[in-house]
Amino acid sequence: MSITTRPIDTSHPRTSQVIRPAWEEPRAPLEAGARAIVLFVMAALIVVPLYIVVLTSFSSQATITVAGGMVIVPGELTFAAYEQILSGGVVTRAVLVSVGITAVGTVISLVVSVMAAYGLSRPGSFAHRPVLFFLLITMFFGAGMIPSYLLVSNLGLINSYWSLILPSCISVFNIFLMRGFFMGIDQSILDSARIDGAGDWRILTRMVLPMSKSVITVIGLFYGVGYWNAFFNATLYINDSEKLPLQVILRSYVLQGVSVPGQVAVGSGEVATLAVQMAVVIIALVPVLIVYPFLQKHISSGVMIGAVKG
Amino acid sequence: MTLVDERRPAPEAPPADPAIHKAATERRRRKRRALFKRDRTILIMVLPALVLTALFAYVPIVGNAIAFQDYSPYVGMFENPWVGFANFDRVLADEAFWSAVRNTLTITAFQLVFFFPVPIMMAILLQGLLSPRIRSLFQSIVYLPHFLSWVIVISIFQQILGGAGLLNQFLRDNGIEAVNLMTQPDTFLVLVTSQALWKDAGWGIIVFLAALSAIDPSLYEAAAMDGAGRRKRMWHITLPALRPIIILLLILRLGDSLTVGFEQLLLQRDAVGAGAAEVLDTFVYYSGIQNGDWSYAAAAGLIKGVISVILVLGANKLAHLFGEAGVYQKS
Repeated sequence: MSITTRPIDTSHPRTSQVIRPAWEEPRAPLEAGARAIVLFVMAALIVVPLYIVVLTSFSSQATITVAGGMVIVPGELTFAAYEQILSGGVVTRAVLVSVGITAVGTVISLVVSVMAAYGLSRPGSFAHRPVLFFLLITMFFGAGMIPSYLLVSNLGLINSYWSLILPSCISVFNIFLMRGFFMGIDQSILDSARIDGAGDWRILTRMVLPMSKSVITVIGLFYGVGYWNAFFNATLYINDSEKLPLQVILRSYVLQGVSVPGQVAVGSGEVATLAVQMAVVIIALVPVLIVYPFLQKHISSGVMIGAVKG
Repeated sequence: MTLVDERRPAPEAPPADPAIHKAATERRRRKRRALFKRDRTILIMVLPALVLTALFAYVPIVGNAIAFQDYSPYVGMFENPWVGFANFDRVLADEAFWSAVRNTLTITAFQLVFFFPVPIMMAILLQGLLSPRIRSLFQSIVYLPHFLSWVIVISIFQQILGGAGLLNQFLRDNGIEAVNLMTQPDTFLVLVTSQALWKDAGWGIIVFLAALSAIDPSLYEAAAMDGAGRRKRMWHITLPALRPIIILLLILRLGDSLTVGFEQLLLQRDAVGAGAAEVLDTFVYYSGIQNGDWSYAAAAGLIKGVISVILVLGANKLAHLFGEAGVYQKS
């Protein structure tokens, strides 16, 4: 009970903005230490493996041999692995395929989702409830893998890039996320624009979109990461090895130990097989790392949280 | 997350006089037509999403009919002979199917115990951290793996725990016999759960952090004034505040009992063997897509789908019984 009158400890420099409510007891040093250690270990478990993969991808054959495999202590560094896989050949092509699908897919997904979210953001419009229900209910069941495969096959989309885009094009969850955001926009502004003669297309592109940049960025990034990471749909729908995206190549190369044709030089000479494999992992990972800070910014700004709490 | 959030207008009582009734119907029809005219543009906007959903979510449901056929891809879909429930009988008599069911439920149960509580504990741990800068750094780190694909995650695990991985380098250097944890059926359950934890536990804290930040700090202050210690405050304020979201996520997980990280399992099924790593989804994939036994696989998939829907509805009902909001409710 002595805690309530205890003054905040101001003796140490306030570099880390420590704010402790006056009523809260200070933590026992042992407990505070244990907490710090647990959090540190959690972060290390994520960072250290990533660090090792990055380091190995940049290591020379000699360094890898000395380390006996994965490299922990930096030795001789080289770009050889990256030069090899990006100088044409299977991996280069797979990167181009993945970039293309991600770019085209994200644009289509965003356009379709934005339009749907806007169209659904006005309760009381024609057939509003049935349409809402029609979309929402799909979140509670899946039709099944076999019928979906047969459908794509009957549509003649096997071995077509469209099979990697259209079936997974929209996420009802994302549409409802956006819809929630659009509904939060002050409707009286939109109404006054409507009275001034603006149609829905104009209102959407000139007013709603500029006001919703953050939510659209976040959902675009979600779609983009989804397309980039997609692996199973390509195993299912693409047989032509020329059209396989990067994730499938990564699987066959790193997990199944296939040496990719057209890369005869792998493992020979100065470039280590392991470094090349790790370089493929890194190339598959880098785009996500690049967009991650943007995602992170918007995640913390609460866009997601509001949706999850819905 | 209520399913339908608009209130339905109260239905008008039908007037006694048929003439008035007719006039009212006519008025309603005219109103609907006017509404349609007014909303034409936004209906056009929704149309692409509707078409895609109809095509890729609803049409395949009809395609499940092949579960009742002896399907062959070379004949038109409705020209295949109908065989009633023969495929279902075959599935239910198949030991491999039941093995997949057992594996699926074991992994679900194991992850419910060893995965589910972790984000909650992490969020509470993080909540007590005072420095905002360290907090956001920690969040940036633990959210990241969620955005990596399963292929990358398993590749990384392979390099750390696999036959030629870091762990074995260390073991061999110290003269201990190497073990390849990536191909061990006995420890597969733990492996799968560790991978899931590595990838998604950090991301899981986001909802709990939101719920925690919504707690009114004056509750804590008042409790502290009344002499409640740290532990008591956690038990009587923090945990009750998290209860609705915990129950919601539990329902979602239970409803999803029959689905366990499909890509994750598929990627490792060959290395570990079907004995430990075959789950329902991979069973459907291998028997249908790989072995071409389409009707059989569709029957297995349909069994899974129907039970899943029942589980979601059941879990939701259970939540209502406990007085929680659940995933959806009647409006």
